[in-house]
Amino acid sequence: MSDNIENAMRGLLSDVLGLSTGQVEAMDDETELFGALPELDSMAVAGLLTEMEDRLAIVIDDDDVDGDLFATFGNLVTFARHKVAK
Amino acid sequence: MSIPPSHLSYQTGGQSEYCLRLGTADVARTILIVPPLFDEMNRTRKLLVDAMRALASGGVCTVLPDLPGCNESLADLSAQSLDSWRQAVCDCTRQLSATHIASMRGGCLIDDSANVPLWRLAPVKGASLLKRMLRTRIAADRENGVSTTAEQVIEDAKSGPIALSGNRLGQHMLATLESAEPIARANIHEVALSDISGAPLWLRAEPGEDHVMAAAMAADLDRWSASCGG
Repeated sequence: MSDNIENAMRGLLSDVLGLSTGQVEAMDDETELFGALPELDSMAVAGLLTEMEDRLAIVIDDDDVDGDLFATFGNLVTFARHKVAK
Repeated sequence: MSIPPSHLSYQTGGQSEYCLRLGTADVARTILIVPPLFDEMNRTRKLLVDAMRALASGGVCTVLPDLPGCNESLADLSAQSLDSWRQAVCDCTRQLSATHIASMRGGCLIDDSANVPLWRLAPVKGASLLKRMLRTRIAADRENGVSTTAEQVIEDAKSGPIALSGNRLGQHMLATLESAEPIARANIHEVALSDISGAPLWLRAEPGEDHVMAAAMAADLDRWSASCGG
């Protein structure tokens, strides 16, 4: 279950940001995203959130989104797990 | 050998719109391509035209119309809605004698009015397209030091067209988009992205190309269109 979400997030980053499979597979909880990936800007965040909603069948309230969400890969996966469990 | 494109036109909404054709009109199959909508349209045009070229070299003709208000069109985009675009697809199908329709993403919201077999790739709800454009608008506003909400942007549209992802959209477009879903009917062949080897180029920040995906789309369209209609 958790692996599915983690893999879904890797696929999401690869699809939306155009990152290579190798790059997303090498990510762990500590991997920094926002500020570290030139592909990830505030416009890309809009695409990531909407695609995340479609793929995980969740609804993300924009009030839930703060700077920390895309700080690290671990934060993103934790957020996704929390939303799916709701 | 590269097949030269023909530049045709079709009439809709009282004016003439441009249409790209690859292949000759005398072949048995002519597939009308309904592209993704808004910014996704720009990101996938190369992919679609590559697939059209591959089909043309195999003897299948394809046409890619400009929707009113898009690409070369002189129509006012802010006066359009999904209904006027659905009519444009229907008009183009009839006038250019298309035997099949292939639509992608948001194109699947406006592809259902002509009575020909339908192929859909990765259909999307209008609400998802709208939400992404609203989020992009809010992020852009924030970078300009302006704090807005989706509700405010929608409210602003009541007093005049608003800019979303580089598109000036009117209230009627926003209203039709919010509730639009791909319409189910008989004779639809739906294809998921996972059935075609490729990446969702429509999600990217920049337009891209993917020759392998274009070839896979063309092969699937060729198989499908040979099996029905025509």
